Amino acid sequence: MTERVGVYVCHCGSNIAGTVDVVDVAKWAEEKLGKQGVVISREYKFMCSSLGQELIEKDIKELGLTRIVVAACSPHLHEKTFRIAAKNAGLNPYLVELASIREQVSWVHTDKAVATAKAKAVVSGAVSRVIENQALEELKVSINPNTLVVGGGIAGIQAALEIANAGFHVYLVEREPSIGGHMAQFDKTFPTLDCSACILTPRMVEAGTHPNITLLTWSEVEKVTGYVGNFHVTIKKKSRFIKEELCTGCGICQEKCPKKVIDDVYEAGLGYRKAVYTPFAQAVPKFPVMDKENCTYFIKGTCKACEKFCPTGAIDFNQQDEFVNVDVGNIILATGYDLFDARKVSNYGYGRLPNVFTSLEFERLSNAAGPTSGNIVLRDGKSVPKSVGIIHCVGSRDRNFNNYCSVICCMQGLKFAHLVHERTGATVYNFYIDMRTAYKAYDEFYQRVLEEGTLFVRGKVAEVTDAARHSNERGKLIIQVEDTLAGKQRRIPVDMVILSSGLQPRRDAKEVGKLFGISCSTDGWFTEKHPKLDPIATMTEGIYIAGCAQGPKDIPSSVAQGAAASARVLDKILQKEVTLEPVRASVDKAKCSGCKICNGLCPYNAIAFIEDDQVTEINPALCQGCGTCVAACPAGAITGTGFSNEQIMAQIDGLLLKNLEVLANA
Amino acid sequence: MNKYLFYPGCSMESSAKAYMESLNTILEPLDLTFEEIDDWNCCGATEYLGINLIPAYSLIARNLALAAKQKNNANGSGSTRTVVAPCSACYLNLAKADYYMQERPSLGAKVNEALQAGGLQYTPGALDVRHLIDILVYDVGVEKIRSKVVRPLTGLRVAPYMGCMLPRPDYKHRWSDHEHPTELDDLLRALGADVIDFPLTTECCGGHMTQIGPETAFELIRRLVADADDRGAQVMATVCPMCQMNIDAYQNEMNHFFGTDYHMPILFFTQLMGLAFGREPEELGIGVELVSSRNALAHIGVEVPVTQEPAAPKKKDEGLPMPRRWTKHEGKEVVK
Repeated sequence: MTERVGVYVCHCGSNIAGTVDVVDVAKWAEEKLGKQGVVISREYKFMCSSLGQELIEKDIKELGLTRIVVAACSPHLHEKTFRIAAKNAGLNPYLVELASIREQVSWVHTDKAVATAKAKAVVSGAVSRVIENQALEELKVSINPNTLVVGGGIAGIQAALEIANAGFHVYLVEREPSIGGHMAQFDKTFPTLDCSACILTPRMVEAGTHPNITLLTWSEVEKVTGYVGNFHVTIKKKSRFIKEELCTGCGICQEKCPKKVIDDVYEAGLGYRKAVYTPFAQAVPKFPVMDKENCTYFIKGTCKACEKFCPTGAIDFNQQDEFVNVDVGNIILATGYDLFDARKVSNYGYGRLPNVFTSLEFERLSNAAGPTSGNIVLRDGKSVPKSVGIIHCVGSRDRNFNNYCSVICCMQGLKFAHLVHERTGATVYNFYIDMRTAYKAYDEFYQRVLEEGTLFVRGKVAEVTDAARHSNERGKLIIQVEDTLAGKQRRIPVDMVILSSGLQPRRDAKEVGKLFGISCSTDGWFTEKHPKLDPIATMTEGIYIAGCAQGPKDIPSSVAQGAAASARVLDKILQKEVTLEPVRASVDKAKCSGCKICNGLCPYNAIAFIEDDQVTEINPALCQGCGTCVAACPAGAITGTGFSNEQIMAQIDGLLLKNLEVLANA
Repeated sequence: MNKYLFYPGCSMESSAKAYMESLNTILEPLDLTFEEIDDWNCCGATEYLGINLIPAYSLIARNLALAAKQKNNANGSGSTRTVVAPCSACYLNLAKADYYMQERPSLGAKVNEALQAGGLQYTPGALDVRHLIDILVYDVGVEKIRSKVVRPLTGLRVAPYMGCMLPRPDYKHRWSDHEHPTELDDLLRALGADVIDFPLTTECCGGHMTQIGPETAFELIRRLVADADDRGAQVMATVCPMCQMNIDAYQNEMNHFFGTDYHMPILFFTQLMGLAFGREPEELGIGVELVSSRNALAHIGVEVPVTQEPAAPKKKDEGLPMPRRWTKHEGKEVVK
């Protein structure tokens, strides 16, 4: 018992002291844990305050403490604070241990006696553990100033431009043939009714021509290795079958291509494109791509119309996929969202009833560059609707589908109402559960739409049907809804129904998360480091998220988050080097049996098998200290620094107060 | 596996005799063996559950207990854990009892206490309760059914009517969709029928409202019949004896009530299967329905024999003249 331990119990105002008798805990620790090495135990109103920290620093210096236990909040919040305090007093910061008696005790219990007893056990565990702690040195690594941005929607474009404008290089990877994302599909943006393309395309052009941006469209990230500051990324550049260096973007190939294909992506299935195509006129880059699955040449072996007519000989049917390797220091994921598949709500009839449209279909319908040149018409392509029903919360706030609110649908529904009213003069009904028009100038837009005469029915629509009950319903779509303000069932016949479908994580969000070593929430959105104070970083250092990939949001929020992510990246780049937590796993070669069980488990590819020695080795620069391999090793040969078996076993003994029994028996 | 325990339910012996007769004709071609549960009793239909849960569930669970016993006794000799019910109400009740006895152990215990009086007991989850069409579509398969068709129903416009009790609540996730299931559509299409898109396929037929609130039931029947008629259906196909009964037996009264003149025959899907498999209408109970399918089936060249209409009872001779009527409020004599 050579260690001298100091225990500091925090009141956290009444957060802890309200449920735990902190004075008793402090007194108990000094009395009962004295034999373990506790030489001083204090309680204080706010340990994290500068006075609280000074208290600890003073004790370290005056009492010669060699170990510190702070019984307070979760280590997520203040571990760093107390480590710095220890460091200031000349103690290795890794000899400090936090006992969480707030999140795990006072906030989850009501019985003071029980909570106090549990707090004592938690403190006892921390004391036992801290004695086994080892002094560790932080690792410093240099930061590669290049950045990878995945996803070329408005959030990704914004992030890329901010970093590029600051003078650093960005690789902007986009899966589709052009950047622009969903915003490029929209006609108008709420609440100002700016033309979406007019405000977006200058940004796209800027990103496309910026000397600091390498644009990789029609490309996907295949592999990511490395760690913050030093990621190695392999990007698959899918073959366009177009020689970019020769292509002038004249569009003759598209004009001559005889194969028409329904465009499920850009036109949301409402329009056509050719087998060789650029999704839209303002596409960046201007180079078309050839859709191998639909191209007549690839199917039948003849055609090559595009090749015959291309004035510069840019068509290359033998082009292969290319793999590009880049080294970057930081990564921003702005992979966006998918629209909820409205077919799942079978009672709304999408896919069965022709004149039921999704929000994205309507965007294309109302877009001057869309399949109907902006004419709002029914599925027959000619008839103008005289009445239109807009249904909110389709697939959102519905426990059959997604519990969450998709944020944009209310405003989007109002925008649609305005556009329908303006262009067709039709009667418009909005069916909503709650009208959510938070943020600047949004509610004013709602008032405006109200004044325009749009009708609002509060209630969740039960059904959209073409089964008429009476002659006035014949040939119409009937919306059956409980009007919860009037307290009655209503049947409203309309010509057209627009489903304000919710937003969903990308269907491959989980795999993408895995690729980059970040996690998804239960809903499938990428998980941020802290829901309030750090919605931009992730639990993996050097990986940031922006836009709808993190959760549903509108254009201003996506832009703000894209910019915020870039600020975080620039901060890292300007620091030139980054300090890494010294929590690492290491293999005891004498114990390793070479079973390779751990080899495939490492999410950071830090484990390598040394064939000569028939043992496994862990690269400390790559290891993130997640502990997966430590838990998996059947021989117990792997130890996690900071989470050694000795520490864990000591903590368990402490928690169970076994240390007291041993001491009593001794 | 092609052997199943079979719970016919009361209506198969009475109002839905045609369902039973036609069902019997399709078993052999599809290699199905149905073993009737010995000594089964009424499932309680839709009424009992509304009054007192324990007796209602006990009534249903007795059948499950008997079925389980039969399964255990037959152990090893091609026994099955699947109970087939051809009636939607029976299916729902059996499935419901099985589900809630498991979901609420206290209910399960009470029901078993009641069963104990008859020396029976049932472990919920021991059996799979399934509807006939579920077996036909998912075990037998649409392809096999298609392969047995010798008289395709080409040209017969059929409205597929699943009824409300079959797809909801879907305890075991058996159906393709809860609002617009397509099992019946797929099956009828395999028979060669021209299946119309029938959006009311899972709407209520009125259930027992025909007994307790006929006006309500008439409106529900009207919606179904009117929509099927609007869409050009010549006949409706159903999977449920109650739906068949309501739409067939009350159609005339409904017409009378609304002043309409619909003539929409409704047949059991097994009757249409029998026809497609080459059986004759007489074997399938076709011709006993009140709204005759004669004209509809003429479209596919099937001649339904005319059954002798029972002679209308003779009107009584008029008796003595009635006194003149008075209106209640004005006390004046009404001049006719």
